[in-house]
Amino acid sequence: MSDLRSPLARARGLGSAKEGLHHWWMQRITAVALIPLVVWFAISLVMLSGADYAVVRAWIGAPLVMLLLTLTIVVGLHHGQLGLQVVWEDYTDGALRLVLIVFTKFVAVLFGLGAIVAILRIGFGG
Amino acid sequence: MSVAHRPSNRPLSPHLQVYRWQLTSVLSILHRATGIALSIGALYLATWVIYAASNPRAYALFQGFNGSIAGRILLGGWMFSAFYHLCNGIRHLFWDAGYGFELKDAYRSGWIVVAVSLIATAVSWIVGLRLM
Repeated sequence: MSDLRSPLARARGLGSAKEGLHHWWMQRITAVALIPLVVWFAISLVMLSGADYAVVRAWIGAPLVMLLLTLTIVVGLHHGQLGLQVVWEDYTDGALRLVLIVFTKFVAVLFGLGAIVAILRIGFGG
Repeated sequence: MSVAHRPSNRPLSPHLQVYRWQLTSVLSILHRATGIALSIGALYLATWVIYAASNPRAYALFQGFNGSIAGRILLGGWMFSAFYHLCNGIRHLFWDAGYGFELKDAYRSGWIVVAVSLIATAVSWIVGLRLM
């Protein structure tokens, strides 16, 4: 069946919602934020080598670590789901693409909130 | 079917296997691969914190897995992935700002990324083992 509408008519109203630019920009902003966070986290992890349960909890529960670790996990998961969205968009199509993108975002939020609850519980004693 | 979706007999663009391997493309593929690995690593990191918030016995299980062969391969892989994605990500940010596009510069920055991420991984591993 041929489409009687002109290409211009089809394009009208489907213009940029600035969604793509927002995605691109968020990916860069989270990337810049992650530079110091990942360096801090990598050094901390090496220093924690061989640490047991009590030492790890004491480290996580320190106020500055609570702040930086929450940032690292939340910004990292956000950056990750933005990247995975592009991967799904590159290799999948249609309904499957939508399901995979939504699933990825749900998992990121689930683990992010789980980690926040865990860090608060360690820091404030639960 | 709309004009835009009509199947055509036009030739497809050449696919991956016709290209010779070269540093720039390998590093590009590696950036995506390490990014995917790190997304899973971020979930593992969240899991670590959640285990630390639970009881000592559950945490011991988690720590036991980290010490196993499989655990060490995973942690080592994530460590390299983190350093590589970090270094190459900075390279990407320079490109986004419009710097380093000359072929010579792209190769030089590429080799720097490879060297720094390998050295950082090795140093972290050695220092980590000494502290244990």
